[in-house]
Amino acid sequence: MAVHMTGAVENGRRMFDYWLTVYKRTWKGTMISSFLLPMLYLAAMGIGLGSFVDSNGTGALGGVSYLQFIAPGLLASTAMQIAVGEATYPVMSGLKWQKFYHSMIATPLRPADVVYGQLGFIAFRVFTSCAVFLVIITLFGGLKSPLGVLGLPVALLLGMAVAGPIAAYATVLDNDSGFAMVFRFGVVPAFLFSGAFFPVSQLPDWIEWLAYVSPLWHAVDLSRSLSLGTVNPLLALGNIVYLLAWFLVGTRLAVRGFTRKLIG
Amino acid sequence: MSEQRESLVHVRGLRKSYGDFEAVRGIDLDVWRGEAFGFLGPNGAGKSSTMRMIGAVSPISGGTLEILGLDPATDGPSIRARLGVCPQDDTLDTELSVRENLTIYGRYFGLSRAECRERADELLEFVALTEKAKVKVDELSGGMKRRLTIARSLVSKPDLLLLDEPTTGLDPQARHLLWDKLFRLKQAGVTLIITTHYMDEAEQLCDRLVVMDGGLIAAEGSPAELIRDYSTREVTELRFGPDVMLADHDALAGKVEDLAQRVEVLPDRLLLYTDDGERAVAAVHERGLEPAAVLVRRSTLEDVFLRLTGRTLVD
Repeated sequence: MAVHMTGAVENGRRMFDYWLTVYKRTWKGTMISSFLLPMLYLAAMGIGLGSFVDSNGTGALGGVSYLQFIAPGLLASTAMQIAVGEATYPVMSGLKWQKFYHSMIATPLRPADVVYGQLGFIAFRVFTSCAVFLVIITLFGGLKSPLGVLGLPVALLLGMAVAGPIAAYATVLDNDSGFAMVFRFGVVPAFLFSGAFFPVSQLPDWIEWLAYVSPLWHAVDLSRSLSLGTVNPLLALGNIVYLLAWFLVGTRLAVRGFTRKLIG
Repeated sequence: MSEQRESLVHVRGLRKSYGDFEAVRGIDLDVWRGEAFGFLGPNGAGKSSTMRMIGAVSPISGGTLEILGLDPATDGPSIRARLGVCPQDDTLDTELSVRENLTIYGRYFGLSRAECRERADELLEFVALTEKAKVKVDELSGGMKRRLTIARSLVSKPDLLLLDEPTTGLDPQARHLLWDKLFRLKQAGVTLIITTHYMDEAEQLCDRLVVMDGGLIAAEGSPAELIRDYSTREVTELRFGPDVMLADHDALAGKVEDLAQRVEVLPDRLLLYTDDGERAVAAVHERGLEPAAVLVRRSTLEDVFLRLTGRTLVD
């Protein structure tokens, strides 16, 4: 196992230039798409709708401004959307369109290394985009306490928790039409109903329970409680363990899917 | 032949199945260091499956396979570190530049950035793409992409180069340029394994080859040996013009049967396999037959190939 991990680190280093080059090529486009949408939500919901909500009293939200209520949720949602975006089409491209994964495994790299490289790049994308977004949130006064910056590692953990399973799913698809399902029935409902905009206790019971299954809810709950200073250590631990479980199981599934597709 | 020849690829009873389908059904072969070895066969013969197993990216289903003296099941990465692979489909990154495709690939083998840059420049020179170094791969012609793929497979200075249908889809100029590059590699001591269904390519490049059909090896030898063993020195082609029907061809074949070791009837012509084509022509005329056109040519690998794998289309 130790040997395997050393190999993976060395092989990760060998893939670094590839991902760096890809990023240099695409960073401008990703900057715009990664920030524009969350910025619009921050402005429209946090400030526009927020002024309306705030003037009617925010007792149900725990007495904080609506902007401060939704900002940690928007941060987590952004992480989810970037991670899903990067684990769908790029993975299919590597397997089927451009086939760059196939060229990678003709070298000393192994399918597991290719997975770690891809996930590493997604981690980088999630982290950098969310870091910049967090700066903007802070400038708008979206964080109630400095502990809110811990929303960044939470966003990273969430990104990893969803990237693994989605990448694994991408390996079993014949074409990209399956991704529309991910967005329609996964990403969008999770975005709307995981507590980013209102407490999930407002939902009918069965939807509330669906929200608890979604990894996004756990990230929203954790980063919000950090920002608002309402952390319950036991619940926070539960959130982290749940997200870690998604990450570990998802990565395992992705390695299995990549191996099955690349080595046959 | 040296007595001390070294087997880089040692194959005994090798099998590969996908579910119920057996793509490779037990083959034996050795590829010796320094030679150019060819796999010929129609589509679905098992060539590409065999190549993938030799490339250590496809586990074997049965038999023995040793590559560079190592077992691909346990030493895959070490084997692949010493192989160059030019796959059937180009797997270049089309949005990166020509040069980046080489430098990044070198990194996968653990070369330093400086080594990668140096290798990339040498290889671009070698495949005549120096002027295209900064161009995006998207903008290259098919022939240029193949040359770049071959350059990429050489980035790690491999002991053994695997080329899966290297010139499929290229125009004659591009093919000849590639053959020239491959010949120079062979001169430089690189062992080549090539799959192709172009007979002229096999005759040009391969010291030794196997003809595969239905997952098995149908024949093995040098191009000259295969022609000697499975065809005749020459072939006389007789055309009787468009008015002569296939039924008449059968009748005509009966009249010349004894003039050749083998007579093959095609819709538009008769093929007489014989060691002396001119003598067969004279004999045909002596018998009062008057073909509209006569061609005497040397046997080629194509004759061997069609004899061994048949003229029926395999799909």
